[in-house]
Amino acid sequence: MADQTVDAKGLNCPLPILRAKKALQSIATGATLEVLATDPGSVKDFEAFCRTTGNELVESTTSGNIFRFVLRKAG
Amino acid sequence: MAEAASERRAKRMSIIVTKGTLDWAYPPFILATTAAAMGLDVTMFFTFYGLPLLLKNLDLKLSPLGNPAMKMPMAGMHMGMPNVASMIPGVDAAASAMMNNLMKKKGVASIQDLRALAVEAGVRMIACQMTMDLFEYTLKDMIDGPELGGAASYIDVATQSEINLFI
Repeated sequence: MADQTVDAKGLNCPLPILRAKKALQSIATGATLEVLATDPGSVKDFEAFCRTTGNELVESTTSGNIFRFVLRKAG
Repeated sequence: MAEAASERRAKRMSIIVTKGTLDWAYPPFILATTAAAMGLDVTMFFTFYGLPLLLKNLDLKLSPLGNPAMKMPMAGMHMGMPNVASMIPGVDAAASAMMNNLMKKKGVASIQDLRALAVEAGVRMIACQMTMDLFEYTLKDMIDGPELGGAASYIDVATQSEINLFI
């Protein structure tokens, strides 16, 4: 169970990333953030976001049309 | 570890924003907000037709004129518009309204929203002084945040940036 969830379903690029970034600012280092999205581009984008920012992409799964990501906030 | 990260200087990106139509307004604001979200220090330099993107009241239009690639999903297919259609009064306005509806339907942020997010994320915005004079704008016409500057201000930023874009 993630510490916080961002529902970015129905939102297009770059909003899922921007919403996730905003939520990451409000959680503690080491805490996890779940992001739900329907934008297929978000799969590559969350990989890239985590690679650049140093946050850890703990999970990236797909269920139907929904993409689910779990990020762990880096220090 | 945290100390090492804070000592390391953030990467920087600059964007020269030169176009002010509804379609061309998107790339600079999408890239600026995303780069800021990814920890970069971002500077946008607004010049010529990009400058009105800083106006308090945005009224963005697009035109099929000179844009044969502009095909809109309509009635189950993609329809382009011949250049000559753009000469007919009301066609550009209709195309703009259609694009705005389409964007809302597809969950695409408005330029107003992206611009507000850019300001909130601390994106530095420079309004080209020469263009301000040319088109007779003052900072009072603009949203809060932009500073005035010229080519030298941009070059100064660009020499310190890893990414420099002209849009």
